[in-house]
Amino acid sequence: MTLESGLGVGLLVIGVMTLVTLTTRYGGVFLMSFVPINRRVEGFINGMSGSVLIALILPMAVEGDQAARMSLLTTLVIFLVAKKPLPAIGAGILMAAGWRYLF
Amino acid sequence: MISAKVELDAQGTWLGFKRLLPLSMFVIAFGIAFGLAAAQTGLSKTEAMLMSALVFAGASQFAALELWQLEIPLLAIMITTFAINARHLLMGASLYPWLKEVPAAKRYGILTVISDANWAIAAQEYQRGERNLGVLFGGGLALWLTWVTGTWMGLVLTQGIPDPEALGLDMVLGCFLLTMALGGSKNLRNLVIWSVAGATSILALYWLPPNSHVVAGALAGGLVGAYWLEEKDDS
Repeated sequence: MTLESGLGVGLLVIGVMTLVTLTTRYGGVFLMSFVPINRRVEGFINGMSGSVLIALILPMAVEGDQAARMSLLTTLVIFLVAKKPLPAIGAGILMAAGWRYLF
Repeated sequence: MISAKVELDAQGTWLGFKRLLPLSMFVIAFGIAFGLAAAQTGLSKTEAMLMSALVFAGASQFAALELWQLEIPLLAIMITTFAINARHLLMGASLYPWLKEVPAAKRYGILTVISDANWAIAAQEYQRGERNLGVLFGGGLALWLTWVTGTWMGLVLTQGIPDPEALGLDMVLGCFLLTMALGGSKNLRNLVIWSVAGATSILALYWLPPNSHVVAGALAGGLVGAYWLEEKDDS
């Protein structure tokens, strides 16, 4: 299905993207309202919560350049040592910028 | 912590807004990059602004630009948008026990601005006992405002725009989400869940359809969590 781009077509595409994205934003909570919350569902929810983060971050490291990997590694180390997020994020960004400048 | 009672109020929203404001400054840089890319792809200023204001999901917007040619493949854009944004389904679901306490209008109003960063902070705050939904809503407003502002700047600025990648700014979200993950409890159960989620996401990256890796990894980790239940008196 393709559309000739022109007046109104762009707006239609944006409208469709908006509906699709809103469906994803509302859908999870909407579907959960039909699911009885028991311990297993709670276990699923809290397991999934951290997993989303890992599933977002790890592919960034795998698909990214060496600077991206060094940046994440720097954030990891600084956070584990200093236990503070802002210095860890700052150091990660500096590492990415520095690595790209130097190599 | 703002409040132990589940509610959405102006004060909590303002605090949530301020909480996400530092990170949102970086969102401006990506908004600028999107505005520039949109103009180069041939979107009008109105189209680019509407897309950022209504869709408000950066990765899927950039992907749509890739597909946006003289003939626009509507179905391909729909599928790509859904695949990239399907993680919202899981993010929303993970906050269901919290959101179910407020009336539907507020619940879905808040979800309108759910995004990676405000979800990550809100989920962590919830674990720590926070029940004020302003973290999620106010934080989302900060991200939305800066995303739209950035897009506008990218459309009107024509020179003097630094390359976000050269400044390392493309790593802001990744590094931020990493600190959120590391802030969680690092017991054996979580480490196993994360390993399964990570391994699944990498396998999905190579073997499953494009953009399915986040959902695949999250579901795999969730299943481990469902079958390896936490000890009752863990906390």
